[in-house]
Parts: sequence; C-alpha cells; structure tokens
Amino acid sequence: MTSVKDRVISIIAEKGAVDKSLLHPEAKIEQLGIDSLGMVESIFAIEEAFGVSVPFNANQPGEGGFDISSVGSIITSVEALIAART
Amino acid sequence: MKRVAITGAGTINPLGLDVETTFEAFREARPGIGPLDIRDIDRLGVRIGGQVRGWLPQTEFTPRQLSLYDRNTQFALVAAGQAIRQSGLTFQGALGQTSGVILGTAGGGVETADDSYRAVYSEGKNKVHPFVVPKMMANAAANHISMTWGLQGPSFTVSTACASSNHAMGLAFQMIRSGTAPVMVTGGSEAMLCFGGMKAWEGLRVMSEEACRPFSANRSGMVQGEGAGIFVFEEWESARNRGADILAEVVGFAMTSDASDIVLPCQAGAERAMKGALDSAGLNADEVDYINAHGTGTKANDKTECAAINGTFAGYSKNLMVSSTKSMHGHLIGATGAVELLACVMALRHGVVAPTIGYEQPDPECALDVVPNTARQAKVGVALSNAFGFGGGNAVIALKKV
Repeated sequence: MTSVKDRVISIIAEKGAVDKSLLHPEAKIEQLGIDSLGMVESIFAIEEAFGVSVPFNANQPGEGGFDISSVGSIITSVEALIAART
Repeated sequence: MKRVAITGAGTINPLGLDVETTFEAFREARPGIGPLDIRDIDRLGVRIGGQVRGWLPQTEFTPRQLSLYDRNTQFALVAAGQAIRQSGLTFQGALGQTSGVILGTAGGGVETADDSYRAVYSEGKNKVHPFVVPKMMANAAANHISMTWGLQGPSFTVSTACASSNHAMGLAFQMIRSGTAPVMVTGGSEAMLCFGGMKAWEGLRVMSEEACRPFSANRSGMVQGEGAGIFVFEEWESARNRGADILAEVVGFAMTSDASDIVLPCQAGAERAMKGALDSAGLNADEVDYINAHGTGTKANDKTECAAINGTFAGYSKNLMVSSTKSMHGHLIGATGAVELLACVMALRHGVVAPTIGYEQPDPECALDVVPNTARQAKVGVALSNAFGFGGGNAVIALKKV
C-alpha cells in the first residue's frame, strides 16, 4: 500500500504542477512556486483522498493548525488528521 | 457630451428593504450580517451571511409571477419599482421606446438552478418545473423590469463577477452621456445564498466563518450577501427641466482588465481604473473626498486595493476617507457595486460617510483612513466607487455632489 507521504506528494505534484522529484519533505511550498489556486486544489484532493476535513483559510494560512509551509509539514498535518479520525 | 443625473434609487439588501432604512443602518453602523437561515445549513462550514430579512415575496407578487421570478429577479423588480417611482418618470411614447435597463449579476437565478438540480439528482425526480430556463437565465431580472415598466430600448445584463453592477452602471452612464438613450434603469441583483451557492464559495477557502473585517489586521475573509441596488440614470437637462430631485451626478467611469490571474487582484489594473475614472470625469486626484472601496476583507484584495489607492492618489491618499460597507451588508457579488453606490450617494447628499465596521487592528499594509466603526459627518464633493471582479475586471464610477 502506498504511504500517506507518497500519496500527498503525488497530489501536490499533480495539483501544483511541480515535478515529483522536487517534493522532498524539506521543500518549502512558496519556493516551489505553487500558487494559491494550486494549494487550494491540493487541499481539496487531500480531503477527498483521505476522507478528512482540512482546516485551511487562504486569508489566515497559518491558523487552523494545518501547516502548509513545507511538503513535510503538510504530510505531518495530514497524518495527524488521519490519526484523529480513527 | 451630455451630463448624467441620478433621479431615483431603490434597494433590497441585508440592511433594509429600501434606501432610507439602508442609510439609517449606514449612519448607525448597524450590521446586516448574521447566522444564515437556509436549507441544509448543517452541511455548510460557513454559516453566516448578509441575508435579506423579512422578505415576503408573496405580498409583492402574484403566484403566477412567482413561478417566473427567481429571488434574484424579485429583488431587482422591487428595487427598480422604488427607484422609478422616486424618479417620477413614466415611460410613454418615445421615452419608453428609447429608454432601457442594464443590470449586473454574477450568478443569475442560482436558487432556481439549485432547486432543480436537487430535484433531479438528490430527490430522484425526473422532471423539473417548466419555467426553469426563463427563471434562471441571467438576463431575466433586466427583462422583467423592461416588461413591467415599458422600457423598450436596450435591455441586457452584464456579468463580470464582483464588478458586474459597476460595469452595468458604467455602460448606462456611457449610453446617456453619448446620447444613445435618455434614461437607463441600472444596477445589479444577486441571490446566491442557497446551499449550492454557498458550497461553491466555501470551496475557494476565502470565506470568513465569523465576520467581515475589511482592512483590519485580523480579517479572515469575505462574507457573502444578497440583494439588489437599482438606480434611474437620466440625461441632466431633461431631469432639470422637469424639476426632478437629482440625488447625485455621475461624472466618470472607467474599466480595465488585469490580464493576469483568474482570482488574484492586480494593483496596476485597479490603479488604471481609478485614474481612468478621474480622467473620464475631468477631475484631479485631490478633488476626491471619499472612496467606497471594494474592501472584501480578504488578504489579497485589501492590501492590493490599498496599494492601488496609494499609487493613484500618491501623497494625497492620507486625506481620503476610504470605507468598505461590505463589513455591514456583506459581499453582494454581482450586486455589490450598486448597493455600495448608495453609500456614495449618502455621503454626497447627506454629508455622512458610512463606516468600515468590525475594524479591530490596524494593518500597516492598509494604512488609510478607513472610517473605522462609526459613521462620520463630512463634506463630500466627489466620491469614487471601486469594484474589482474575479477574472480581473476593474470598474470604477465617479459621482459628484449636486
């Protein structure tokens, strides 16, 4: 079974139009050139893929406890949401 | 070039069911935003909005009319009735044949679409109401006004998202200015506070779940509203000659396109629109006293708009009053510019500037006089009204005191 990490990376690569090889955990979303539409679409795809609800408002990106600053922080946040669900 | 007078105004919006009540709310900084009362609210994440309260369509219209009028058309028809009655005009003979209607709406009959999709997809029905098409079409409201009042000249609807009604009123202004039409009924109407309409907006993740706080550092997004604002624009000399009470003069209009992003605003496009409106009016920047801002309460809009105002007005921008009445009535999407033009009319005619309510923390990126939290008595000679829409359309109208 594909790990959460791999699935999140696939989603961000597709929705953010970024090459997968660039999406290592330390990579910063801003530096990858992923725009706000790419981010909103990625979050929607993550919600659909994992059956979770992601707290994210584009006006307060830092709030809500879902850290979108880097690929790794998104993976950790998604894992936390999955753990909280079960 | 002909001059353009506003000789009638009408509205249905979250602050009131007419212009006078709306002005009262502006003066008293009264909020029109509250908990939404709509079907399936428990399945929505965003549960507040600027909903029109006390709306009783069955007292305004016959059952036959209601089978043809989406909520969007209902708002527009009642607001148009108020405006036209105030103007005192009747559209007989040549006046009726040459006068028209231009309205703006972003969504048209959203509730009609929502109800019929629900019937076929969710309730498993295989039929929808026979009038779905004429009820939901975006031009329905404009054409029902035309039919009701005998306006037989140009009647149509423009749709440019949140700039729709400013584009509509700008075109109406240009038609009268150029002599194409003697009178135009114009403004906008929107009614997408239904489950499907809210769900669509929720998806963008720009909506606030608590309040609309334009220009405040702790702002958390936009809040949706609904309603209509409709005006009678009339050629100045005819209005004067018949002794009409002129509410304000429309002196300038400009529209530009960002040509950059489908949702993000752009400083240069907004600046060019404000400068263009001043040029169109033959005004200098330092003659402007008040700007009714687009001021949606999103991070993206507010900082871009403030930068554009600073860019347009340079050192003079600190002397401007800049308020966003969306803090009170919410974002009426395609109708928002029309309801906001009322705040400009109030400032010019009554010397009261409507405030930006919900303002709690200064934001260095929005360091303008935003008329925070309470209305202000001030002499206003010229007012601008900004509207910037998704798609990158910017439309700015300039009004002058009579």
